[in-house]
Amino acid sequence: MLKIICIVLFLVYSSIGITAESDYTKQRKELINIIEGDVRATSLYLKKQALDRRVMQAMNTVPRHALVPAKQRKNAYLNRPLPIGFGQTISQPYIVAIMTDLLNPQPDHKVLEIGTGSGYQAAILSRLVKEVYTIEIIESLGKRAKKDLDQLGYYNIKTKIGDGYYGWKQHAPFDGIVVTAAASHVPPPLIKQLKPGGHMIIPVGSNFLTQQLLLISKNQEGAVTTEQILPVRFVPLTGGH
Amino acid sequence: MKINRLPSDLRAPRFSVALISATVLAYEVLLTRLFSIVQWHHFAYMVISIALLGFGASGTFLALWPQLVKHFKAAYVINLILFGIFALPCFLLAQQLAVHPEQLLWDPAQMLRVTAVYLLLALPFFFAASAIALALMRFNEMVPKIYAADLIGAGLGSIAIISLLYLLFPIDALKLLSVFGIIAAVVAVIELRFKWYNVFIISSISLLMLFTFQVLPIAWLGLSISPYKALSQQLNVINAHIETESTSPLGLLSIVASPTVPIRHAPGLSLNANVKVPEQRGIFIDGDGITPIDKNGKNEVSAYLDNLTTALPYHLNRLENIVVLGAGGGSLIRQALYHDTLSVTAVELDQQIVKLMQKDYRDYSGSLYDHDAVKLVVDEARGFLARNTQRYDLIQVALMDSFAASSAGLYALNENYLYTVESLREFYTHLSEGGYLGISRWVKLPPRDALKLFATAIEMLRDLGVAKPADHLLLIRGWQTSTLLVKNGQFTKDEIAKAKNFCDKRAFDLAFYAGMPDSLANRYNKLPEAFFYNGAQSLLSTSSKRFLIDYKFNIEPATDDQPYFFYFFKWKSLPEIFSLMGRGGAPQLESGYLILIATLMQAVLISILLIVLPLWKRMRESSIGLGRMTGYFTLLGFAFFFIEIGFIQKFILFLHHPILAVATILSSFLIFAGLGSYIASRWQKGLAARQLVSIAVIAIGILVVFYALFLSKIVFEPLIAAPVLVKVAVSLLLIGLLATPMGMPFPLGLARLAEKTKDQIPSAWAINGCASVISAILATVIAIHFGFTLVVLLAVTMYFLAAAMFEF
Repeated sequence: MLKIICIVLFLVYSSIGITAESDYTKQRKELINIIEGDVRATSLYLKKQALDRRVMQAMNTVPRHALVPAKQRKNAYLNRPLPIGFGQTISQPYIVAIMTDLLNPQPDHKVLEIGTGSGYQAAILSRLVKEVYTIEIIESLGKRAKKDLDQLGYYNIKTKIGDGYYGWKQHAPFDGIVVTAAASHVPPPLIKQLKPGGHMIIPVGSNFLTQQLLLISKNQEGAVTTEQILPVRFVPLTGGH
Repeated sequence: MKINRLPSDLRAPRFSVALISATVLAYEVLLTRLFSIVQWHHFAYMVISIALLGFGASGTFLALWPQLVKHFKAAYVINLILFGIFALPCFLLAQQLAVHPEQLLWDPAQMLRVTAVYLLLALPFFFAASAIALALMRFNEMVPKIYAADLIGAGLGSIAIISLLYLLFPIDALKLLSVFGIIAAVVAVIELRFKWYNVFIISSISLLMLFTFQVLPIAWLGLSISPYKALSQQLNVINAHIETESTSPLGLLSIVASPTVPIRHAPGLSLNANVKVPEQRGIFIDGDGITPIDKNGKNEVSAYLDNLTTALPYHLNRLENIVVLGAGGGSLIRQALYHDTLSVTAVELDQQIVKLMQKDYRDYSGSLYDHDAVKLVVDEARGFLARNTQRYDLIQVALMDSFAASSAGLYALNENYLYTVESLREFYTHLSEGGYLGISRWVKLPPRDALKLFATAIEMLRDLGVAKPADHLLLIRGWQTSTLLVKNGQFTKDEIAKAKNFCDKRAFDLAFYAGMPDSLANRYNKLPEAFFYNGAQSLLSTSSKRFLIDYKFNIEPATDDQPYFFYFFKWKSLPEIFSLMGRGGAPQLESGYLILIATLMQAVLISILLIVLPLWKRMRESSIGLGRMTGYFTLLGFAFFFIEIGFIQKFILFLHHPILAVATILSSFLIFAGLGSYIASRWQKGLAARQLVSIAVIAIGILVVFYALFLSKIVFEPLIAAPVLVKVAVSLLLIGLLATPMGMPFPLGLARLAEKTKDQIPSAWAINGCASVISAILATVIAIHFGFTLVVLLAVTMYFLAAAMFEF
């Protein structure tokens, strides 16, 4: 009798798990539709109608719910930033998608991320490039992200806890660098570790609000240019003169 | 319900009323400090309305249960004790509940938490106010005298708390105030001639409280600073720790050392910079707004400072005599010394920072503040310049606010007297021939600060009769900071060429100089459009007014009458921003102003729920003229606060030092209003109350109009360079003249009410509290939109209307 009860309970719990997982998949799909709609609406300022298909596919694959704190899971597929503890946030998926697209990630690329946070951005990148190196300054966050990423089987992500200011010299240069940790300036060592032809992307703003995206590009000669991208279709009238 | 006849041998507890008033006002001021530390400045507005909400709700409570006055002695003392017991835990719980304002944008359900904070903090105010209202009810024949004790106590409380904040950390001051609540109860017990065993009980409670503070875990009794503030984030870094803490009413300074991962603060450092940022200590003011102290080293370690937009003026001309306004940790001083400036006058308002730099961090900073070329002045920036006639080759205004809070629009409610038209004029007139005024701001996109400052400079130059303001302006920008230079003279071709060279080397963009071609506008830090260049051109064009109207943010120049430089919000942009919330539109919301509006709506709603509705039925049953009574006490509630808030602004511009100004103004308003109330009680015997109210209101009207129109010209300007003591004495005299009649109408109204029907006293107390809740916030909203002058003129109108309603 006890065995039967155990089997029934096992089946019930499994079905709950399966239902929850399929529910998350559905929510993720809906989120992707929202992001695609938002990108179309902002196309004039992003200078494209749609983001790279591979980027959107990665967004549709990575389980955001598995990378946020348990009490935020119900909000995991809302298009908004979420608190992940230690005064840090996980960016709004719409912003993550645009940032990833701006990096122009390719399958043979090596990307460095400064500020692992929840590990979500690293997870997205890991679906698109060969290797992801990510550094987190807050020990507890770094450990949690490593554990979650390992559990998800994202083995092409190398994590480290420490100071991201000097990049990861051992694995430099990088095709792309993402700096998600707030900084008063762009660390000069990071610019050095960017490959010619590579891009660096930095969201600028406060914890919950990304005001602009700073895209730093290094040309083949090593010259650096920056673009300040407003990820919104909201532009003031300045042409009155 | 009528109150039964009460024993008449009781003495009115005027000392304990004064003591609890002092304590509760100190508590209110302290809460604004505490919330500025654990959250941000705009919570201060919540605190003011929370306090008054508690006052209003106490009136409601007593109106519904007036029989409490039959047990006056016990009820009075218990309320005082309850204040003492709840003052500390209510704050400790509230800070745990407080939410990050930006989170409200994404999750409106967080408003429930805000409401809980409101109710929690209103509780101590409720108990204190109930005690005072009970005293007014019980001794209704002595209303003006008790009210006088209340106001004078509050006035002394405001001085006491400001002094206390120099001696104690805010959380310790809070513990002390809790004890003062109990001491007020002990004084009451003596005044009311309690039996000895009651004295024993009260003393035991006090001792128990003191003991509890000692045994509770320190973590429970500490400040819980928002994890989103810069200090909390810095302390998350391995081995980062607070090395020193220092407190004053100006702010809590936390000096952080981070030995494993050094602090490297170099806002807007050029992307071309191939230099190291030296090791630093970070001074965090109220947990935010870092100002770094560079570790002393050879001159080369300061090379990074030459790669910031602020370094521009040193590349245009040889500068020998400069002044830094807001010296802080000394970055701009070091920048000047790096460029071999002969004389640097460093102006710093906060004595605590000066002490740190000259003592604790003297060696670390290489005696920067005591450098031969540095002349240190501890003073407020405008006050310092107003008092001296020296001219400078460069006046640099430091970037003092934090980027995160600035970009989120959290400074919208901060009055700022540095970036107004009048202030820029003061700076400009202290420039030597060919000297520069340099002001740097964070870059926000689409631009706000930089263009508003540009518009302010244009207006200032036009006011001074400069025919072509464009020739005096130069604006550059990096990806994170912009620097505006205003020259006392026209920029020469040579200077423009040097500016171009400076920008080219550092990948900064020129955003404006007279005659600048479009092609130079958007080269290094490419924007979707040349927002800064186009905006600057538009502001100088003949259609600038149209441009200001059409622009999606408010970039009208700030003035001393409307000193809200950081107010960029425009209602007409709101629908568009809302429609774009998920699509990256949220950062454009300028949430600080909306929080003010939400607080106002919340205050109105809670006032209606807790004050108006419960009283409505009782008031309708009353025999007195309901409409007139409600009107009278509502108008007085609005008018008193409007004048007080309006004149704090006027006198800050005279006294300059904000702490000195607030202490002088707040305390003198309250103490003189208390005196007015006392005088009213004496004169009441000879004059009819109505006559007295009319005389008081006419005096208020004449003085307010006179002050609003002539005070600056007749008094402030001639005395601007006078010694501080003279200025304080003049301020006391001026405020005393005004506040004395302001203290009369309210107690005379209560006394009038007491003559007719005693049980309506708490209703009037509640109505007045309700009006005050709203007026404290509404005054700011009006000042933002129309200026402080209108705020005080509206107050005069309300006083006259109130006088007309006196017969109830």
